[in-house]
Amino acid sequence: MSIFYFVAFLSIFFALMTIFAKNPVHSVLYLVITFFTFTVHYVLLNAQFLAVVNFIVYMGAIMVLFLFVLMLLNLNKDTEPLKSNLVKFMGVIAGMCVLVTLVGSFRMLETSQPVTLKNPDIGLVGNLGKVLFSEFLLPFEISSILLLTAMVGAVLLAKNDAKKA
Amino acid sequence: METVIQNIQGVPLNHYILFCSLIFSIGVIGVLIRRNVIIIMMSVELMLNSVNLLLAAFSVHWGDASGQVFVFFIMALAAAEVAVGLAIIVMVYRNTRSVDINALNRLRG
Repeated sequence: MSIFYFVAFLSIFFALMTIFAKNPVHSVLYLVITFFTFTVHYVLLNAQFLAVVNFIVYMGAIMVLFLFVLMLLNLNKDTEPLKSNLVKFMGVIAGMCVLVTLVGSFRMLETSQPVTLKNPDIGLVGNLGKVLFSEFLLPFEISSILLLTAMVGAVLLAKNDAKKA
Repeated sequence: METVIQNIQGVPLNHYILFCSLIFSIGVIGVLIRRNVIIIMMSVELMLNSVNLLLAAFSVHWGDASGQVFVFFIMALAAAEVAVGLAIIVMVYRNTRSVDINALNRLRG
């Protein structure tokens, strides 16, 4: 039980480091650590499929993509013009307002029961695969079209315009 | 595996909700205070991930696998979003030589 609180503390700490780090590359690395702590959360929930997918897709693919673009654009130095302190302050205040509103609305909830694993093998690959390919077959196929569209769009956007160059 | 299952017993669901809304708010703050487009997109990823974790926690709590399948779809969507977003950033950088969001106000008509 205390593992959850420790890992949650680490997640919050590294998430804060992500948004406050000056160097974008450090920011990406802190975000990788944050996602790793999320993977630990999934393992604690016994959602093994999600843990592995989070590890491979988020930490492996998406963050490497971010890092590639940062290195490609040669932004790995502190070139970011800082926002004025007033805007930063207002941003933090607005974010805290979101948090306070959310927490205030959650106080309306009844006192919560502890999370219990009613069905321990719910997050295993076999069980999720059965659900995915029976109940969610159509959304699954549509998501493949989404990924294809994204791939075509990314290539079209990022490729050099032959006529201009 | 039994020890892992033992470990999770006893964390109230409210603490998961609070934790995830805290991470979500950190993402919102990140979007508001940074000017680098790439870091803004990273904050959006942070928000998506907090929602993912909450969906997984509720899915485990109620013993329903649909939540975890939905997390899987959100991950596919996040991958697509990042690919297109970063392509747009590369294109903008090629035109304006910066990734500052203030350089994008020329998008106003």
